[in-house]
Amino acid sequence: MFAGAAAAILVALALAIVRAIKGPTVFDRVLAGNTVGSLSIMLLAVFGFLTDRPEFLDVGLTYGFLNLIGTLAVLKFFRYGDLAYDADSEPRS
Amino acid sequence: MALLTLLAVVTVAIIMQRSLFGVVVLFSIYSFLMASVMMVLDAVDVAMTEASVGAGVSTVIFLATLHLIKTTEMRQVNVKLAPMLLSVVTGGALIWGSMILPPFGRASNPIHQHVAPHYLENSIKETTVPNVVTSVLADYRGFDTLGETTVIFTAGIGVLLLLRGARRRGRNGEDRDAS
Repeated sequence: MFAGAAAAILVALALAIVRAIKGPTVFDRVLAGNTVGSLSIMLLAVFGFLTDRPEFLDVGLTYGFLNLIGTLAVLKFFRYGDLAYDADSEPRS
Repeated sequence: MALLTLLAVVTVAIIMQRSLFGVVVLFSIYSFLMASVMMVLDAVDVAMTEASVGAGVSTVIFLATLHLIKTTEMRQVNVKLAPMLLSVVTGGALIWGSMILPPFGRASNPIHQHVAPHYLENSIKETTVPNVVTSVLADYRGFDTLGETTVIFTAGIGVLLLLRGARRRGRNGEDRDAS
């Protein structure tokens, strides 16, 4: 069952990468990148169970945090055009 | 294997990609795939480093660089035949040379027979460090590690000096009091 799940995740990974390469808009690419991150977390978990080492789940959690940081940075960059944007220091005029 | 194929596809896509932002996203994807490959190869610590540095930090750094520099689209590079042929031949020669290497990961390979048994047996007696990896890094290869840390330290000093110079000049002169 885990092997089947791993194969399905690999197929999904390939599809997400196709979207990231072709992606006409920026948001396709951002979403594809995020999806690849999530899929690799799932692949990690499934692989851990596949080889009887469920402690890989902890590593997967770390990947989750990192994925969040990367996606947040990308989206912030596109919303404000600057990574160091501070909402409080917005010019009044 | 499937992961490595996807990795190759992403690499080619990075080369072909014209939009710099797409390259950043593809780099992030590449890092996650690479981390998965490392994980499958049982190198959990390397996978962790790859994921945190490659996918987390360097995405942010690349984006910051994109913000600082102007992004202009270069025109399509026309493919030159001779360098491509040369690199293909070199790559083929390297692959051909790797055919006579001993099989990967076998315990009787020469690399595991030279000094590794000595380290494993004598590291506690000679260095009194309970962790063998630490004893190899910090004791048997102490000068190597010293050189590495010197390089990183020098690079850190250089970056700090560069940043300080940029801060002193400032963009509008209002950053002057920050130092």
